[in-house]
Amino acid sequence: PSDPPERSNLAAVQHILLVLSGKGGVGKSTVATELALALRLAGKRVGILDVDLCGPSIPRMFRVQDSAVHQCDSGWVPVFAHQDKSISLMSIGFLLEKPDDAVVWRGPKKNALIKQFVSDVAWGELDFLIVDTPPGTSDEHISTVEALRPHKPLGAILVTTPQAVSVGDVRRELTFCKKTGLRVLGIVENMSGFVCPHCSECTNIFSKGGGEELAKHAGVPFLGSVPLDPQLSQSLEDGRDFIQEFPKSSAFPALAHIAQQILDGTSPRSS
Amino acid sequence: PSPRSSSASLADCPGTGSAQAGSAAACQGCPNQRLCAAGAAPDPAEAAELRARLRSVKHTVLVLSGKGGVGKSTFSALLARGLAAHDDKQVALLDIDICGPSVPRMMGLEGEQVHQSGSGWSPVYVEENLGVMSVGFLLSSPDDAVIWRGPKKNGLIKQFLRDVDWGEVDYLIIDTPPGTSDEHLSIVQYLSAARVDGAVIITTPQEVSLQDVRKEINFCRKVKLPIIGVVENMSGFICPKCKNESQVFPPTTGGAEKMCQNLNISLLGKVPLDPQIGKSCDKGQSFLAEVPESPATSSYRSIIQRIQEYCDLQHSQEEKIM
Repeated sequence: PSDPPERSNLAAVQHILLVLSGKGGVGKSTVATELALALRLAGKRVGILDVDLCGPSIPRMFRVQDSAVHQCDSGWVPVFAHQDKSISLMSIGFLLEKPDDAVVWRGPKKNALIKQFVSDVAWGELDFLIVDTPPGTSDEHISTVEALRPHKPLGAILVTTPQAVSVGDVRRELTFCKKTGLRVLGIVENMSGFVCPHCSECTNIFSKGGGEELAKHAGVPFLGSVPLDPQLSQSLEDGRDFIQEFPKSSAFPALAHIAQQILDGTSPRSS
Repeated sequence: PSPRSSSASLADCPGTGSAQAGSAAACQGCPNQRLCAAGAAPDPAEAAELRARLRSVKHTVLVLSGKGGVGKSTFSALLARGLAAHDDKQVALLDIDICGPSVPRMMGLEGEQVHQSGSGWSPVYVEENLGVMSVGFLLSSPDDAVIWRGPKKNGLIKQFLRDVDWGEVDYLIIDTPPGTSDEHLSIVQYLSAARVDGAVIITTPQEVSLQDVRKEINFCRKVKLPIIGVVENMSGFICPKCKNESQVFPPTTGGAEKMCQNLNISLLGKVPLDPQIGKSCDKGQSFLAEVPESPATSSYRSIIQRIQEYCDLQHSQEEKIM
């Protein structure tokens, strides 16, 4: 039996926020990372729990892919990332002996580790714990939501790209949220247009408008469109702090605005 | 040690679902030992059933990636269409992405339903020689979510292989979800009863994709699934206005080319970004037919050709053995 919420490792975490999508490759880990960096810049204590067991992207996005996890009395110590160690992370990426090792597990084994990730990481005091997820509506999602339920998560941000093929999967994720009682904080439309660095022409490589339409159709807030920004892709590859280092880059305003809406929604005045 | 007869293996086998699967004394020398130890092994009776159903399939190609959103379904759909362009070939496209089935939309088959006949489930036909199966056809609304744990997903995949009446098929293309989990273990397990030519692995150029794809390659090696080669998708973008090339997803660690060199795997080709690809997928049209002059179309066609050649080579090698 797990600890009651008051005595658990999540007791001092103010807000738990999930980043979901039905679709793969739309930018969940990217949004989780940038949101964490933006909240940190706003003075918040942030952690990221990466429950993508097959494709853990978070460690590399913070340039800590070679870090290891240590144990303490209350459980696992998260990995501290960023130059001032201000963001704490947990991911299966830190537990692999070799980075190319495939985690070829069926559901039950995945579920067991997710339960441990939710209850056994000594997060300490955090303003925000962001949970990055794999695509889909299966074991990882069911187990994560079940394990988090006693800790009353704030809700979920759903990420999509503009195309119908992506929106089609995210509609199913919205149903998942409804069925599991997870509040939808809003939808982010990522990869929304590409501005050619040579001539500034904007091309809608992955179509246009689907995310905003979905938000309207589903009656949930539309948190904004993030354009394709090679500087953002490069920062993520290099594990750099895009928010701090590239405030003039094309994706910055949208990402900062998403973070602001989360902050506004969780400020003492708003409840 | 003497060769195992099938009756001996059935008597001594601890059971493919047991905790000792793959590690009991009786497992030594069993051809399924590796699969059992990895948590996936065929039940002999089931294996026979699947083998019978898949006997009429000449070539099976899996489309995999460790990473989501790199273009597996897009590629599977175009591969199927490309192969079916030859009227004398019968092509089947099976979508085993249970949570995010993209294939029906991409093939222009949204809203279609599956019909049962005396000989099983009937695939949905795009053309006379191109049939499709997906969980998407079993859902009544676009908002329906399939919120299933592993075992239930495995059950449906088995049904797709066992109950769908594919008929005589030259190429069975199987589109998969991202990852290395239940769906992937199960499809390899169930197909071990049949003949699989190999896997095509899709990636995009960045390290964030490659790091997941390397895991997928290791998965293939672990379960002895031959790798036909890697496709690097979203490889560069030509601005329609100024015609300059940009790297939207920069290959910071050398892209698929470097990875293939390091791992001694064939790079089947690179496909550039073209906004028309996404559009045709959304509309359920064939990009190859709609935009024949795109550089992406030539890339796709050349890759499809290489896959076809690989399959033909397998076939002729088998004939030699027989």
